[in-house]
Amino acid sequence: MDVALEVNGAAVRHDIRENTLLVDLLRETLGLTGTHVGCDTSQCGACVVHVDGRAIKSCTVLAVALDGSSVTTIEGLAATAGGDALHPMQTAFHEKHGLQCGFCTPGMIMSAVDLVRQNPAPTEREVRAGLEGNLCRCTGYQNIVAAVIEGARVMRERQGV
Amino acid sequence: MANPTGIGAAILRKEDRRFITGRGNYVADLKRPGMTMGVFVRSPHAHAMVRGVDATAALAMPGVLAVLTGADLAADGVGGLPVGWGITGKDGLPMKEPPHPALADGKVRYVGDAVAFVVAETLELARQAAESVVVDYDVLPAAVGVLDAVRPDAPLLFDDVPGNLCCDWDMGDRAAVDAAFAGAAHVARISLTNNRLIGNPMEPRAAVAEYESSTDRTTLWTTSQFPHVVRLLMGNFVLKIPQHKLRVVAPDVGGGFGVKQFHYAEEAVLTWAARRIGRPIKWVCDRSEGFISDAHGRDHVTEAEMALDETGKFLALRVSTLANMGGYLSTFGPNIPTNLYAPLLAGVYTTPAIYCEVKCVFTNTVPVDAYRGAGRPEATFLVERLVDICAAELGMDRIAIRRRNMIPKEAYPYQTPMVVEYDSGDPVGCMDRALEVADWAGFAARKQESARRGRYRGIGISTYVEACGLAPSRLAIRMGARGGLYESATVRVHPTGDVTVLIGTHSHGQGHETTFAQIVSEKLGVPVERIDIVFGDTDKVQFGMGTYGSRSLVVGGSALSKAADKIILKGRKIAAHQLEAGLDDVVFENGVFSVVGTDRRRSFDEISLSAYVPADFPLEALEPGLEEQAYYDPVNFSYPGGAHIAEVEVDRETGSVELVAYTAVDDVGTVINPIIVAGQLHGGITQGVGQALCESAVYDEGSGQLLSGSFMDYCMPRADMMPRMEIQTHSTPCAHTDLGTKGCGEVGTIGSPAAVTNAIVDALSELGIAHIDMPASPNRIWRIMQNARLPHAAE
Ligand code: FES
Ligand code: FES
Repeated sequence: MDVALEVNGAAVRHDIRENTLLVDLLRETLGLTGTHVGCDTSQCGACVVHVDGRAIKSCTVLAVALDGSSVTTIEGLAATAGGDALHPMQTAFHEKHGLQCGFCTPGMIMSAVDLVRQNPAPTEREVRAGLEGNLCRCTGYQNIVAAVIEGARVMRERQGV
Repeated sequence: MANPTGIGAAILRKEDRRFITGRGNYVADLKRPGMTMGVFVRSPHAHAMVRGVDATAALAMPGVLAVLTGADLAADGVGGLPVGWGITGKDGLPMKEPPHPALADGKVRYVGDAVAFVVAETLELARQAAESVVVDYDVLPAAVGVLDAVRPDAPLLFDDVPGNLCCDWDMGDRAAVDAAFAGAAHVARISLTNNRLIGNPMEPRAAVAEYESSTDRTTLWTTSQFPHVVRLLMGNFVLKIPQHKLRVVAPDVGGGFGVKQFHYAEEAVLTWAARRIGRPIKWVCDRSEGFISDAHGRDHVTEAEMALDETGKFLALRVSTLANMGGYLSTFGPNIPTNLYAPLLAGVYTTPAIYCEVKCVFTNTVPVDAYRGAGRPEATFLVERLVDICAAELGMDRIAIRRRNMIPKEAYPYQTPMVVEYDSGDPVGCMDRALEVADWAGFAARKQESARRGRYRGIGISTYVEACGLAPSRLAIRMGARGGLYESATVRVHPTGDVTVLIGTHSHGQGHETTFAQIVSEKLGVPVERIDIVFGDTDKVQFGMGTYGSRSLVVGGSALSKAADKIILKGRKIAAHQLEAGLDDVVFENGVFSVVGTDRRRSFDEISLSAYVPADFPLEALEPGLEEQAYYDPVNFSYPGGAHIAEVEVDRETGSVELVAYTAVDDVGTVINPIIVAGQLHGGITQGVGQALCESAVYDEGSGQLLSGSFMDYCMPRADMMPRMEIQTHSTPCAHTDLGTKGCGEVGTIGSPAAVTNAIVDALSELGIAHIDMPASPNRIWRIMQNARLPHAAE
């Protein structure tokens, strides 16, 4: 089946089997391996990407169902923030030591950006609740939470809020 | 600080950029030309004879390249998986070590045991083919829990292992303990279960194997914490591939926690199959597959008793543990509940006599091996729970009884009755600091406040010591290790003065690319941006034992420090020649070689260049080049320790437990990078909290099916389960490592289960509850509370 998407700002068109998951299209067909697979029950959030600006678990959605949508992965995130080398949330994860092995990180960052879109000034409690769909086994979440709050602050600043 | 990127500097990690931009290089991301996909057919039964494997339908599917079984392995002369650590029983006989074939050989012994391996052009095809493989099973009754497996009528996993008993092991002075108990004023007892855990690093295991016939070289990319050890075990014992013809690469690895420090069957099967079919093969473990094939952790059933005098002084400790080995011995399985457990039973106390016996038992479950902490969390949980019980029974304050029995700072080095000698430590100092930071004194007021909101509140402390920095080879080999446990490092200084380090440890989240660079920066005065740390590839790195047991910085860091010292010495020799001074008059400080008392000097970069462009160089006495290597074998374990305090609230109606505060004061020795140490603590504590509050691998007792086989049933800690943790260090430098480091990878997981459980028991103490097993799930706590509230309970 033919599917046409915009992925990280570029138009892509592929003939894929209709049971192809978005994550497989991204990783296997497009070589965008920054989106990870950490489970097979839609529980871990390692696979989170943005579809039309909203976070979704790419392991749980068929690629053909998204025909015509715009997909952003971790590889394309920085460009959405005005083409800086890094998106403020990426910088915040670095500066707050919000990652260790890095496996959950792309999904965490993508979820965090969406969390801040919905709630530009989240409290610690709100961040913890908002990351409920993302597992990290390394960091104990403490520095991830700090990173999300810091990333949100910089995002607000950039938007002049 | 003199060096802004040296030891102790809170610098940000060098490795982050590739991870935050999605450019990490994990095994599952790899693609090789002509790559095929592999899928394992696994046993759905806990215990069964395999009467036959019919692959006709699978092989008839177009695109299916092979269906391989244990019989094929045997026909090719492939060996079983070796055990890296043997133990000896009370009777002086070696443990029972039945064969562990990489694919089942006539019998399966746990749900998940691999029976066949299917290779096809695509993953989808391989999956379909795997489903059409027909395995004829003759199902046998299963021995699932340790208590079941040791019953006289239990089904036997191996015909020649009576009673399913791998080893009946002990340590300590039984007679001295018996004598102390005979004269004791009081004896406190505990029966406990240390719940079985599944490590679940977020990256599932994966491997890619490739054979190049033109060079007769084989490469295995694998999610491993120790690629050199995999090369040695797999190459030498399983597949008989010469070491120089085998390359093992562990690129970016998404967390390990012990789960990835074993040589797994899948690695050997993939490598063997890739050589056989002449095409690269990739296998990526599904999470549900990981639940039934990654080695599990913990799983003890223990009875223990402490003898005390009337003042609360510990006289002796007696421990008897049943430890689950699972269906086969994993790489280090038998070592974990024995050598990494019993020696830690002294804890931070002066208990003069200790005796511990451990029965290592085979069961029809996934093999059990090291998981973060490995043996030491089990020991700490037991000791610290028992100490609280002692206090309760004697009517003593929990802090007072600890203080009464703690090893005083002045008593270090301290020889325990259980083999190990602690070189340094200050448990009282750690505890006092933790009490202050956690405001232990103010707890009563907080408890009242919680009570007003209808909630029980409790506070708990756990003090601990761990033996890490695995390990002094001589001691380890005496304890049954079948290899050395040193570490190696090469410091390669380029003609420009830039540095590449090749080290045998492996970083899978620990931040070695930063901390090891800081060590070199401190030593050589080169900023960290000019230092790269290379690891994880047996073709690049000389040798190494990898990363586990909080050993990287302690053992690897010492090797690195020694290699850097050799660079400095050679640099001084070159400088002495160039500056026409005696070697003793040339000093190296802040990156500059100078002659004492003069202004004659050479920069590190100048000396580096002249080592490769040896115009002004003592060629008659010295080889050109500037590259040095060191192997370091530790003289003792290192002994981090500390005190952790947890505070919880328990809902009176639902039994749900909320962790409301957590304080850790740890003695990890010299801190290279405080940011990274805090991160290790956060993660370790959270894993321990997971064990205490929610994680538990549950098997159905009859069928041996893993009931907690996905993230829907196996509860992993999430962000909203944790409070903000307060982390502090109270360090006494290690007396025998080069840099005074002790290790910090596991301390969090060791201190936290007991701290949290002690807090919950404290919260429920007004109901007369003296002990609860982990995890403190709402269901368990609710039942315990209901039971305690029944009229008879008050009697
Ligand atoms: S891979 Fe785990 S939620 Fe998508
Ligand atoms: S950083 Fe390793 S899982 Fe989150």
